[in-house]
Amino acid sequence: MRRERAAVVGLTLLIGLGLLAAWQAAVSGTPRGRGLPGPAAVARTAAEMLADPFYDRGPNDKGIGRQLLASLGRLVVGYAAASVAAVVLGVALGLSPTLYRAVNPYVQVLKPVSPLAWMPLFLYTIRDSGWAAVLVIFMSSLWPTLANTAFGVAAIKRDYLHVAAILQLSWWRRLLVVILPAAAPAIVAGLRIAVGSAWVAIVAAEMLIGGTGIGYFVWNEWNNLALTSVIFAILAIGVIGVLLDAGFVRLGRRLAYSE
Amino acid sequence: MTAVAYLEIDHVSKHFPAPEGEGEVCVFRDVAFSLARGEFLTVIGHSGCGKSTLLNIIAGLERPTAGGVVLEGREVAGPGIDRMVVFQSFALMPWLSVFDNIRLAVRAAHRDWARRRVDEHVRRYVEMVGLGGAERKRPAQLSGGMRQRVGLARAFSTDPKVLLLDEPFAQIDALTRGVIQDELVRMWAASRSTVFMVTHDVDEAIVLSDRIALMTSGPEARLAEIVDVKIPRPRSRAALVDDPEYLRLRAHVLRFLVEGARRGAPERELAASTGRAPVLSRA
Repeated sequence: MRRERAAVVGLTLLIGLGLLAAWQAAVSGTPRGRGLPGPAAVARTAAEMLADPFYDRGPNDKGIGRQLLASLGRLVVGYAAASVAAVVLGVALGLSPTLYRAVNPYVQVLKPVSPLAWMPLFLYTIRDSGWAAVLVIFMSSLWPTLANTAFGVAAIKRDYLHVAAILQLSWWRRLLVVILPAAAPAIVAGLRIAVGSAWVAIVAAEMLIGGTGIGYFVWNEWNNLALTSVIFAILAIGVIGVLLDAGFVRLGRRLAYSE
Repeated sequence: MTAVAYLEIDHVSKHFPAPEGEGEVCVFRDVAFSLARGEFLTVIGHSGCGKSTLLNIIAGLERPTAGGVVLEGREVAGPGIDRMVVFQSFALMPWLSVFDNIRLAVRAAHRDWARRRVDEHVRRYVEMVGLGGAERKRPAQLSGGMRQRVGLARAFSTDPKVLLLDEPFAQIDALTRGVIQDELVRMWAASRSTVFMVTHDVDEAIVLSDRIALMTSGPEARLAEIVDVKIPRPRSRAALVDDPEYLRLRAHVLRFLVEGARRGAPERELAASTGRAPVLSRA
């Protein structure tokens, strides 16, 4: 096992070096100021940005840390609201096959819609671009959690529900002690997919609304033709995405159970 | 029939929608008998005679098509903690520890108890089934036998009026089975609760029961007869082997299961064996 792990780590590093070398080779032929920046230039920008990530010099010049925090703030609000709504509705759908079949057509129609398609409606109705972005996040993270919760609850073994019924547990205790723990692995799997799609959607949403956030930052740096910043921002978005995902993997492990 | 009916199964019939989607299949019809308080009655029959369905009806988890169940003079309207079920599948919450599984039941039975009292009560039942030291384990970490001990502890810990055992030892290896059966008898004797068990194991039925109800094969199963087990308690497995009453009963029940259960229903048996269940609304 340990040897296998060492081999994996070694191979990962090797692939990374290979990618860096290919990147460097691809850009080294082009004259300075044309084509893409190389890894060294991006590293210099990264060092600069990470030295003071939270500075604030007006609306168009903020540190990358500050921009990421702005995005994460929107994510937390929209995602949390969507998750609560999705779990509540998902439990209801999972417990009632009739309700499930009645609501399913609407879910199926709304699910494939890109969350960004809602943006004009949100902008028109609430007239606040910040909140419109939050609602886009809400729409992007609703469906995976809803579908997984409904599936997880519907798949709960009848025996467990029978025990809850025999013990005459209150509606509330039945939910907290039986239904949610039983469906927890499926729910967390949904939450994990949802946080990924929310993080994908936030960049696009912020490119549209402007102002703050990592998506706006990317667009602003593009307008400045600061491609090293754009590339570093891409890496930062990726790393945050990995961390969010890892958090849910850990949560999933804690809530997993074997029968 | 017993003098005082504590639990009365009053002409219960159960129909299910036919698998083909047309009409209904009658699982069993007009099943009627009663249990005296503290009695241990076992229903034995082939798979498909509806014995587990009957148990679920007593538990209130399923509704009878006709007839009803009366416990202490009151008709059973739904599931309740006065009728605890011990499941063939154990039905322990896999995300809860042994302790918390029993605790869930104790808390439900005694909503006014303080935390300490609940925990002490749980501990007593954990010890009673010999699971002291394993109370923090989850069911998945336990053997089948140990899991069913938790199931029994959970059921007895609420001090139910009626204990419903649904083939409780079917998934437990033969050697452990005897040990847990003895534990069940001990706990039953201490609690004096009324037990309704369902099984297809003849020896198990004789060793444990006061009376054995024999059901014919389904569909349209019926209660054929109820036999008394006149073997004095405590019953030792070793002594039973030579007990003439035991041998007589065993032969009687086995003969019923091999021949009697099928008698009178040759057409239905044929239909069942070809996979076509008879439908009530034969046009």
